[in-house]
Amino acid sequence: MTATEKDPVLVVVQLTGGNDYLNTVIPYNNGLYRDNRNAVSIGDNQIIHLDGTYGFPSYLAPVKQFWDEGKLAIMHGVGYLDSPRSHFRSMDIWHTCEPDKVGTEGWLGRVVREFDPKKENVVTAVSFGPCLFRALSMPGVPVACIAGPLETYGFLPSIQDKAQRLAVLDRFSRMYQPIPGSGVMEYLGTTGLDSLKGADILKVAPGKYKSDVKYPNTSIGRKLKGVAQVHFADLGTRVFYCDHGSFDTHAGQNPIHASLWSDLSQGLDAFMADLRAHQKSDNVIVLIFSEFGRRVRDNGSGTDHGAAGVTFVLGDAVKGGHYGEMPSLDAKKLVQGDLNPNMDFRGIYSTILDKWMRLDPVPIVNGRHEQPQFLN
Amino acid sequence: MTHHDDIALMAHLMRRAGFGAGRDELEARVAKGYDATVEELLHPEEHPPVDPYTLLRYQPSSLLPGGVPPMGNVNYMYYLVSTQRPLEEKMALFWHHVFATGNSKVDNYDQLLEQIDLFRERGMGNYKDLLLTISKNPTMIFWLDNNQNHGTEVNENWGRELLELFSLGAGNYTEVDVREASRAFTGWTFGTKIPRLPYGRFPWKFEYRGEDHDDGVKTFLGHTGNFNGEDIINIVVEQPACAKFICRHLYNFFVADEPQVPAWNLEPPRDPAAVEMLTQTFRANKCEMRPVLRALFTSDFFKKARYKHLKSPAEVVVGTLRLTGGYDLPKPGYGQLSMQPSYMGQDLLNPPSVEGWHTGQEWINSGSLMARINFVAEQVGNTNLPGVQAIVDRLKAMGVLEPEQLVDSCLDLLGPVEVGADTKKVLTEQAKQWGQIRWDTPAHVEAATKQTGELLQLIVATREYQFA
Repeated sequence: MTATEKDPVLVVVQLTGGNDYLNTVIPYNNGLYRDNRNAVSIGDNQIIHLDGTYGFPSYLAPVKQFWDEGKLAIMHGVGYLDSPRSHFRSMDIWHTCEPDKVGTEGWLGRVVREFDPKKENVVTAVSFGPCLFRALSMPGVPVACIAGPLETYGFLPSIQDKAQRLAVLDRFSRMYQPIPGSGVMEYLGTTGLDSLKGADILKVAPGKYKSDVKYPNTSIGRKLKGVAQVHFADLGTRVFYCDHGSFDTHAGQNPIHASLWSDLSQGLDAFMADLRAHQKSDNVIVLIFSEFGRRVRDNGSGTDHGAAGVTFVLGDAVKGGHYGEMPSLDAKKLVQGDLNPNMDFRGIYSTILDKWMRLDPVPIVNGRHEQPQFLN
Repeated sequence: MTHHDDIALMAHLMRRAGFGAGRDELEARVAKGYDATVEELLHPEEHPPVDPYTLLRYQPSSLLPGGVPPMGNVNYMYYLVSTQRPLEEKMALFWHHVFATGNSKVDNYDQLLEQIDLFRERGMGNYKDLLLTISKNPTMIFWLDNNQNHGTEVNENWGRELLELFSLGAGNYTEVDVREASRAFTGWTFGTKIPRLPYGRFPWKFEYRGEDHDDGVKTFLGHTGNFNGEDIINIVVEQPACAKFICRHLYNFFVADEPQVPAWNLEPPRDPAAVEMLTQTFRANKCEMRPVLRALFTSDFFKKARYKHLKSPAEVVVGTLRLTGGYDLPKPGYGQLSMQPSYMGQDLLNPPSVEGWHTGQEWINSGSLMARINFVAEQVGNTNLPGVQAIVDRLKAMGVLEPEQLVDSCLDLLGPVEVGADTKKVLTEQAKQWGQIRWDTPAHVEAATKQTGELLQLIVATREYQFA
């Protein structure tokens, strides 16, 4: 099964730790922003205006270009009811679409199963990160998880000698032949061979890749380059996943937030330039989310866990603009000091599933949610 | 039994009742005897505990790590890897699986580590005492919202999990019992949490608030009275289902993989006689864990259950680090090591939910399998590590080795690991590529050492090695 160039592809960038909404999309005219942010507000001369209401901090300048081109959708006030303010629980909810119980199936795991029910392509989903994020986890669904450089991805990267490693992997595949009916041993065999096959398929990608675009040598820069390499190799990958962080800025927020977003903005700048230079941008959208926003009032040097946050969708197929509106900063409208979510994250997933992936969103996000119309 | 059988059996005991042992230790234990080793494991007080101040010296922020995951994991991993009380630590891990409490909500590793300490202290004592202690454990109270369980407004979270996950198992109580048990635990709460900044976190303390307790009459599992929490626990442990539930957990953890816990009221145990024997021992000894563990480790069903249990990520990582050695101090780099189980799907001190981890086959997916194999292979391929060097030294002492001998010896010294004929064939092909292994010149020693490391890597990559 190979993908045609028109197969829609989703790239997810997870901002782990809770990105500060108010310092990312700044309501610069709102006096309450300054009143609440003695220590971590962004100075007027460091804000690039999007319009008469909102601005980006200057370190999002590359992202501002996408806004100017009309390719960036900004989703305001995103979250869900009764936000628990725990990173892990919140992240779980974003991953499984289960706010009321602990889910085991990730929403993207379900997507992969829809695309490839017979498991014909073990690289339908490729994840760049330290682990199998729960968004992708689903029994029987293979996901290639790449923790380090793509060039060394696979079993036994610690064996330096190339010929020796190939010989070992050949032996590995023979040791993992699944014998039907052997229970756990069969399952181990299938899983082992799937991952080996995935590694085999993916390792051609860096070799085939040619580009003049220079990616910043940062963690997220390398991951996005890996995404481009696999995407250009036309391996049928439909879902890419990367994480970036940590955005948990309880203390010393300003320099940390600036450095994280500089890395990401520059990485996205290179990534989009690379895609466009190779006519590969028309079927890719990038979803950028964080598990929650941060508290409205700062704590003297940073901000604590909050509720509503901002989600971005970027891509040449995206209808840029504001979607929804920033929840009120008025003290009486806050929930335990936090912005009250007014857009359900599952609505954003639903738009992507319905309008982009052409899948029925209801069973994937567990219900119907209003879809912001950022895609045609 | 031959000496080799004795070693194999002792290796099995140490993998299950601890986290494995190198060959020197196994030989010493065989000399001491199997039953005597079981007794030693059951009486950890004969050996010193882990010294927490070593953590303070090498990884100061791991002593009270607050909400920071790597530091919380460093603390726990250091205990797991360096303990001289393997069964005490293994039982603490067992109870962590059962009373699964996680940082995802608690957001406080200090409290979670305190709970693990409680399991170390009481894990081999009386189950009823442990259940009462955990009912008063502030971390558990917060995890299951018993601080929100008020005389005027009942919260059933703790009451339900106490019955479903901690004592009886689904199907052995009614919704009314859940409600009545929850009422009995109203007023069981903990001291107000003071915010973490600016002076750090204050320990949580159990508090009983009589004014918030519902003192009315309750009817629970056929008993009626003005019950408080202690009464509920007294009634629970008398239920036949309780002994069976705990003993099935023991069987699943120490003997052989069972279906996942929620299926237990639907699917019978794979060895009903074994679970029944443990259950009777548990009841006859009034919930004392030590006699049950003794009966388990000295039983025939245990001795025959070699490689019937898929290693948990904790067992993979700790077992490897204890085998290769070199990690007896929490040196820089320990943070990365301590996160390894989470890469393989077991984030210690942060289970996915109160249900705990799904075990057995469910540990395995493409990413976690790769993570397991790559981690273990990297460690055993490092022939500078003392435990790997010890394997090389033993091979060296054997002199010239034919390919078949090299394979057999490496399998033996890594376990002994038992592999199928097909696997053995592939391993032997690898060894035949190198021909005879010799140790007579420095060049030969260098080559032989490298080849040993490579063969060990191939062995730990086998399917068979994923089992304990």
